[in-house]
Parts: sequence; C-alpha cells; structure tokens
Amino acid sequence: MATSTPPVARTAQGPATTPRPTVPRRRRWSVGAVALYTVAALAALVWLVPLLWAFATSVKPEGETTVMPPTWLSENATLEAYASVLARGDVLRWTMNSFITTVIVTVLTLVICVLAAYGFSRFDFRGRPALFALIIGGILIPPQTLIVPQFVLMTQLGLVDTYWGIALPQVVAPVFVFILKRFFDAIPRDYEDAARLDGAGPVRVLWSVILPLSRPILTAVGIFTFIGAWNNFLWPFIVTNDPEMMTLPVGLGTAVGQYGIQYAQVMASAVLGAIPLLVVFLLFQRHIVTGVAGAGIKG
Amino acid sequence: MTQNTQAPAPRTAPGSATAAPRGLVDVRRRPSSWTGLWFVLPFLAFYAVFLLWPAIVGFGYTFTDRSLAGGDVSFIGLDNWSESLTDSDMYDSLWNTLWFTILSVPLMVLLALGMALLTDHARRLGWFLRLSFFAPFVLPVTVMTLIWGWMYNPSLGLFNGTLGRFGIEGPEWLFSEDTAMFSVVIATAWWQVGFNYLLYLAAMQSIPKDVYEAAAIDGAGVWQRIGRITLPMLTRTTALITVLQLIGSLRVFEQIYLMTSGGPNFATRTVIQYIYDSGFVGLRIGLASSMAYVFMVLIIIASVAQFRLFSRKEG
Repeated sequence: MATSTPPVARTAQGPATTPRPTVPRRRRWSVGAVALYTVAALAALVWLVPLLWAFATSVKPEGETTVMPPTWLSENATLEAYASVLARGDVLRWTMNSFITTVIVTVLTLVICVLAAYGFSRFDFRGRPALFALIIGGILIPPQTLIVPQFVLMTQLGLVDTYWGIALPQVVAPVFVFILKRFFDAIPRDYEDAARLDGAGPVRVLWSVILPLSRPILTAVGIFTFIGAWNNFLWPFIVTNDPEMMTLPVGLGTAVGQYGIQYAQVMASAVLGAIPLLVVFLLFQRHIVTGVAGAGIKG
Repeated sequence: MTQNTQAPAPRTAPGSATAAPRGLVDVRRRPSSWTGLWFVLPFLAFYAVFLLWPAIVGFGYTFTDRSLAGGDVSFIGLDNWSESLTDSDMYDSLWNTLWFTILSVPLMVLLALGMALLTDHARRLGWFLRLSFFAPFVLPVTVMTLIWGWMYNPSLGLFNGTLGRFGIEGPEWLFSEDTAMFSVVIATAWWQVGFNYLLYLAAMQSIPKDVYEAAAIDGAGVWQRIGRITLPMLTRTTALITVLQLIGSLRVFEQIYLMTSGGPNFATRTVIQYIYDSGFVGLRIGLASSMAYVFMVLIIIASVAQFRLFSRKEG
C-alpha cells in the first residue's frame, strides 16, 4: 500500500482539527509500523483465501479444477460453470424464496419488538414485570430444541412448504425486545413531553419522537435480523420438502449432490449464494459497526 | 478514520443510558392503564404461539410414544426420559458438543481480540481489514461448508495440494475421527469470528483517546499501551464475548451436520443432531422431545451460571 504517503501521524487521536500536539511525531514509517502493517495485511489476505479460492475454482473449466498441485489462475478462465448453474434456474428461485421470507421476518420482527419495547419502556400496566420476566426468560431457550413441536404445529396449521411456515417461527426474538427497551429507556422523557403537550397520542409519540432517535439501534436490529433470517438453515430445512419452496442455504445444501464432481459448478453456486449478503454487507458496513457499538449484544 | 470523528447526535442517548441505568420500575411512569398492554400484545401473541406453546406441547410429548408417522398415541410415563438419560449415544453427543465448545471458545475469543487489535492499530488498512475479517460472517452456512469441504478434500483440495507441493502428505481432515472435530472448529472460527471481532472493535473505539495520548507522552510503547490500557479496559467486553460465544458454541449443529453429517463414526455428532435424528429420521417425537428438554435444561443452567459470573464482575 501507500509507501509514498509520507507523514504517518499515527492518529491514535481524534479529529484533524486537534492542534498538533507538542510531542514530537515520527514522520517516517518506523520499523514497528511496517511490521504491523505487514502482519495486518497478511492476516487479512489469509482470511480471504477461502473466498478467493472458491472464486478461482468457479471460473476454471471443469477439467482444470482437480489439477494437482492446485493452481490459482487458469489460462482458460470461463464463466461456463455459472452459466450451467444459472441454467438450472433453481438458484434464482431459492434466492427469491430467501428474499421473501427474510423480508417478512425482518419487518414483522422490527414491528412487534419495537411495539413491545415501547410498551414496556413507557407504560405501566397490570402484570408488566411478570410479562417482561417471561419474555426475557425466553432468551435462554435455544430455538433449536423446539423444532419438533414447532414442526408438528406447522403441520397442524397447514403451513409446511409455505413462506409463512418458514417465516413465522423465526419472528420471535426476545433479545431484541430487551435491547430496544434498554435503548428507549435511555431517551429522556422531556422530548416526548413537548409532543404530548401538543396533543400527540402514544402512537404518534412513538412514530415522531422515539423512532427517529433510535435509528442506529433499529438499523442494527434490522440488519442482524436480516442476516440471521437469510442464513438460517435448520428451520427452513425442516419445514420445506418441496425444492421449489427451499431457501437459498437449504437449496444449495441439498442440490449439490446433483453436481457430482463438477467442482467449478459447486463453487460457482457457492459464490452465487454468497453474493447477496456480501452486497448487503458492503452497503451497510458502517451501520453494522456503529450498530454493534450501540447494541453491544448478539441477536 | 472518519468513522470515529463523526459521532451522530442520537448516539448520545444510549451513552448516557449506560452511565445511569434505570431499574425495571421507573418512578416517573404514568399511572397504570391498559395502553401499554396493547403495544405488548402483538409480540406476546407470537411469543405464545411459536415459543411458549411448542415448549409446553413438547414437554407433553415426552410422556408419550407419539410418532411423526402418525398412528395411535399412548401415555408411557417416564420411559422417554429414562431412555434419553441412560443412552450412551446421548452422552457421546453431549461430549462432542462440549468438546467443540472447549476447542472453539478460546480460539474464537483470542482470534477476535488479535484481529481487533490489528485493525485498531493499522488504521490505514481499516476498511480492508474489516472487510476481510467480517465478510465470512455474512455467508450462509451452506456456502461456508461447500467452500471448506472443497478446500479440505483429502486428495484434490487446496490444503493437501499445497502441502503436497512440499512433499508433505496432508491429513484426512473431515474424514478421520482424529481430525474431523478440529477441522470443523477451524472452519467455524473462520466463518463466525467476525461477530466477536466487531464487538471488540466497537469496544476499542469507545476507549477515550486521551488516555492513549497521556500514555504516549509518558513514553509508553505500543505493547505497554495494549497491555496496560487496552486489555484492562476490555475486561467487560471479553466477559460478554466469552459468554455469548459459549452459549453459541453449545448450540452448534448446522455446519457440522453439513460438513460431516456427524461422522466419521459419529465422532462429530452433536446433541442437536441427535435430537434431529431421533425426531425426524427415527420419527420418535417423544424421545426427541425428552432429549431436547435435557439439553435445554443444561443450556439454561450454563447460561444462567455464566451470566451470574459475568454480572458479578460487572458490579
């Protein structure tokens, strides 16, 4: 990288507006800094190897994928594997299924968790402490241990192999109620008092006062719900039998057998499966980092 | 670099929250009414139908010989419980789950810490490091297992191919009882460490900069600053990450199931897979439910113990 960039004011310190400190600053790359950057860059590259290798394999002609010792670059790079995978059509279908169910899960989760957190944060009502304790207790239950009765329930409701069947059981996220309530609790009531004096009801206060102030946490909860639902495997795997209804992770997992030993195609489907959320991640990178700082808890 | 300087206004609200946490009961709360319940109701409805109800019904199943294939159901008392509590396969799968946890937790905490320290110090590479270290976290589990299964392939894969270049015969990776669990742990660390990394990074960025400046003026080197300032100030974060990782690791299932199907010779079969096998392959709902309950109780005990330990440190 930029060896030409001269001053390495290693800013462990903040804004550029800060007056230059009186401490003499090293103006050239010190040995330590060079070592640090080398180690960091190498670590990051090593961490990218699986992704790069998957991509490298996916653009090889099938005949070259199994050449030993392995080569990274093929002289006959081709998109043939992608064409074959896409021609089957199912990857696109699964992506659409994932998208629909994930949007249902994310929207419903946000709506019901925000409402509940607001209710618990701002109102008193009979049974409130007990209800809150009940919900918080739900954080401890591993959802995977409920798959058997949940599946029976879905069979009874006739929701097997439907979008609702995939989505609904994923909606309940007690931990988000907890996180959001903690955030709402911290918003000073003075803000709402003004709105209330103007005649705003509870819903209006939530919409016009609380929600705008909660953007970072809402983005974080939304993003992590989205990632979690998109990548969920176990539940969609159990509740779908029809290949047409499978989500992307489930479909890829069950279909790879069909590709046989065509590794370029397997890797092409893996890359295709990775792309949607990598794009989401690139778009929301900043929000993810700041959101985690605000929430500080895993979903 | 700009990320740090820009502190959006609303962020001050949660900041002040941590300074003065409110209890469950707030004195300024308005008098009791039904309004709050209306807001809570939609969540409660979902919670009751999709979590509480299955949990209760599942408990009921444990006393029956109900089969997923249908047929008559009869009450069989505690037979399922005694079967799951005396089943040596159940204990093997519990041990596999525990072994995975023992191997993965320290690795995934320390790796995350190291990565976050690198990112925090090598700021000019910030975006690139965040991209590399966090990106695997957003991959669907199937994509991860496809890629790693391909790299682990004993005869054609990247690892043994590269080792072969140096005349070393690589291990069987996922295909040997001795190495399968380690292979799964390595792949899991690659895939999931990004979240811990992000938590560490967020915590490091919230350490006031003037502390470091003061130390720098006093002539503290990088290692001293890390050892005397960064690490001590990360104690709470480390505790939190450890607890979350522990709970997460105990729930492991998907990547192992996809990579090894629990093999070879059940060496990597986890509890969740055993529950799945009993219920959805063996069709014995009652037995699977009793196993689920045994496991749920163990997880809850572990979680509560961890949280108590953690909150004591905090207080």
